[in-house]
Amino acid sequence: MSVITLKVNGQTHTLDLDPATPLLYALSDDLALRGPKFGCGLGQCGACTAIVNGAAIRSCVTPVSAVAGKEIVTLEGLGTPANPHPIQKAFIDEQAAQCGFCLNGVILTAKAFLDKNPKATEPEIQQALSTVLCRCFTHIRMHEAIQRYAKAVAK
Amino acid sequence: MTPDARAALNRRNFLKSAGVLIVGFRMAGGDAAQAQFGQAPLPGAPPMDQVDSWIAIAADGSITAYSGKEELGQGISTAQQQLVAEELSVPFNRVKLIYCDTALTPDQAYTSGSQSHPANFNHGNLAQAGATAREALFKLASQRLGVPIAQLTAANGVISVKGDASKKVTYGQLVGGKKLSVKLDKAAKRKDPREWTVLGKPIARPDMPLMATGQFEYVHNVRLPGMLHGRVVRPPVIGATLISVDESSIKDMPGVIKVVTRKNFVGVVAEKPWQAIQAAEKLKVSWTSGAGLPKQSEFYESLRPQPSRDLKLLDSKDTQQTIATASTTLKSTFYHPYQMHGSVGSSCAVADVQSDRATIYSPTQGVWYQKTASAMITGLKPENVHVIFRRGSGCYGLNGADTVTYDAVVLSQAVGKPVRVQLSRKDEMAWENYGNAWVIEERAGLDARGNIIAWEHESWTPALGNRPGPSTPGNVITGMLLGYQPAPFTPAPAEEPKRYNNGSNGIPSYMMGNVDGVAAGTGVVKSESVIVHNVQSPFWTGPLRSPARLQNTFAHESFMDEMAAHVKADPVEFRVRHLRDPRLIGVLEAAAKAAKWEPRPSPHPSNPKTGVVTGRGVACVAYEGDNGYTGIVVDIELNQDTGKVIVKRIFAGIDVGPVSNPDGLRNQAEGGALQGMSRALGEQVTWDDQKITSVDWRTYHSLPLGIEMPKIECVLMNRPDDEATGAGETSITVMAAAIGNAIFDATGVRLRQIPLTAERVKDALNARA
Repeated sequence: MSVITLKVNGQTHTLDLDPATPLLYALSDDLALRGPKFGCGLGQCGACTAIVNGAAIRSCVTPVSAVAGKEIVTLEGLGTPANPHPIQKAFIDEQAAQCGFCLNGVILTAKAFLDKNPKATEPEIQQALSTVLCRCFTHIRMHEAIQRYAKAVAK
Repeated sequence: MTPDARAALNRRNFLKSAGVLIVGFRMAGGDAAQAQFGQAPLPGAPPMDQVDSWIAIAADGSITAYSGKEELGQGISTAQQQLVAEELSVPFNRVKLIYCDTALTPDQAYTSGSQSHPANFNHGNLAQAGATAREALFKLASQRLGVPIAQLTAANGVISVKGDASKKVTYGQLVGGKKLSVKLDKAAKRKDPREWTVLGKPIARPDMPLMATGQFEYVHNVRLPGMLHGRVVRPPVIGATLISVDESSIKDMPGVIKVVTRKNFVGVVAEKPWQAIQAAEKLKVSWTSGAGLPKQSEFYESLRPQPSRDLKLLDSKDTQQTIATASTTLKSTFYHPYQMHGSVGSSCAVADVQSDRATIYSPTQGVWYQKTASAMITGLKPENVHVIFRRGSGCYGLNGADTVTYDAVVLSQAVGKPVRVQLSRKDEMAWENYGNAWVIEERAGLDARGNIIAWEHESWTPALGNRPGPSTPGNVITGMLLGYQPAPFTPAPAEEPKRYNNGSNGIPSYMMGNVDGVAAGTGVVKSESVIVHNVQSPFWTGPLRSPARLQNTFAHESFMDEMAAHVKADPVEFRVRHLRDPRLIGVLEAAAKAAKWEPRPSPHPSNPKTGVVTGRGVACVAYEGDNGYTGIVVDIELNQDTGKVIVKRIFAGIDVGPVSNPDGLRNQAEGGALQGMSRALGEQVTWDDQKITSVDWRTYHSLPLGIEMPKIECVLMNRPDDEATGAGETSITVMAAAIGNAIFDATGVRLRQIPLTAERVKDALNARA
């Protein structure tokens, strides 16, 4: 065990953890955040995604020691039901979910990519989402929601 | 209890104590589960005054509806809330819906099988409770205002006199401090769908903002005071049994509370999830060797000679003679693999088992069955087991929800504290109840004019286990490891069909469906036989979205296309010619019209044999015979150098009776179509001689979000005068056949084995003359 400082959604937390603990468990268990989710534990599906220093990472395979002190943003760090972030609003407006379990990975992966690549082409967006899964296959609506946000950031 | 669960219970208690109008169902002499499934109420059901009500209107005017059909992501909770708001003439937000909590809500058996919409939106249950409550309120208002019912109108929870809005009374005032129990009245009049202002509208899902902002509480997020974390240790191969567990192998690991062993069940409980995961990995467990598995490459052919339990759905007794007189005979065999539910989040449950009672948070599709099965496992009385549904990751049928709930129950009981268990990806995928594999042989004869005169359907499908129901926990892996047996398999010859039942879609839509002189089918082919051979499976199986119906429809609709091509008929015209159900014809023609279908036979007459070609395919189904209708047309692009298929456009005609929420229905139809596309193009369970080898997303191939997205157009056929039918499983049912038919249209090559991978397409193209 060792003391680790995590900066999550603008707040600093000091946790006593095995430094090899994947970030996901610190976020979802120690900090009880509901955004990041365990999907596969293998970095294959995206459900655990968090944004660290602006880049989407798979928190299920990222040890806490690797992100100590960095700026970590989770889905609940973007906006609230009353005041959602524009990409969250795009998903709400498109009703782009069914069970909603994958939304964390879909929204954060798309946001991190588009914020860095505001002029991304459609094939580039496809590539960015090539290892994100939605098993309800709400793909078409999610694609529409991402396009909405893409248009907004391209302006 | 979580704050949400406590709030729901408090609300129910408040409604019991304060003034309230309650519409009950068991008072009406029937039980919901019994009415739906012909089953007696389950033991352990709480007394009437606690749960036997659908709708309660409190003195403060608040309306609470109780349902036994849960939200799994399919949008049914929104539609149910709309239904109650509509019948009671209040805005959508005025209704609070509580579902699937064994201390609060009616027992409506499983939320499954496309049954929620027909069960709760027609002439019983929630819909009829709404109509009953409305009539009761009007009667009270008539007495109060001294005006006949016919002169009253309701809006926003206020009943007023038509033409004199000053004479009015609110629902809350009518209820006052009284406790009014009303029997569910089967004769109470529902609102005419043409007058709907809330139901039938594309109301947004209230859970969407919570999900999109990470606020929604899934079962994975349930946190109880003092909660520990469990991890199971499954056998390394199928059929292995436990020899020994070396507890000392993890004795120095931090946070480990207990190693739990019961028969062949092994698990670890620790303070934190990561500790439990590491401990389970490090725990030294010895197992016997496995039972061995049949070779996957020879699996389909191994099914036919096995002892079988046979089911005959139709037999006109003249098919062989009729086929002997045919101008043309055709025979094809279709193969469908085992497929996975493959929930994106592995299954999770939280159980708090104490010495005399248990509280269980489960994503199960059947809280009441979970209650009795958990009572069996714990030895507790069913009435002391409280099961509360909490949404999991989308399940699409029997995923790991029930099994992980048993895991949590066993581990919690062993430590006497609340335990949360979430399965590893591999434990989810290696041990779930897969959607059934199928071998389907279709044989038919056509006359000189190209009409089908006889059709025989014969299929082989392996099964083991199923939904656990009230008392068969051995139907899923945890129950089996605990020593419970799955439902027994007994070979038996087929009996003659007693009535027409196409619940499995084993009967092609084009058959007459003649049983005892009554032609109840949807088609015109008189000479007909359908027989199913159920055999034993080496793996657990269970319902996966559109179970049996998808596999059967793949075969029927592909074969229909083969016959149409053989007699050089247009595939749409050929289908319509052999149908006599106007709703099925309606969705087929709607899809064709949307696709601007040009009549011609397949394959496409002028496609080259190299490079990228396009093709179109059609398929249709009357889901479960009469529980939802879909016709679909897909346009594909096929690269003949690589075999890769890209679905470019999908046109769907959808008929589910009166549409309860058009946007929700579209969401289901779109998702179903793409899930069907993924299952058709890439998904199959694989194994070696000992174990399942498709255990993650590299070995089980689900289409990711990053694909070229097809355009989809859904034509919703709103039918206000018809019954509400199932709505969630229609489009998925037809996709495999439609894509296979489009491949044939594009290339002249017929594929009869799912998945339609690029490799299989390429092999078939190479074999093309």
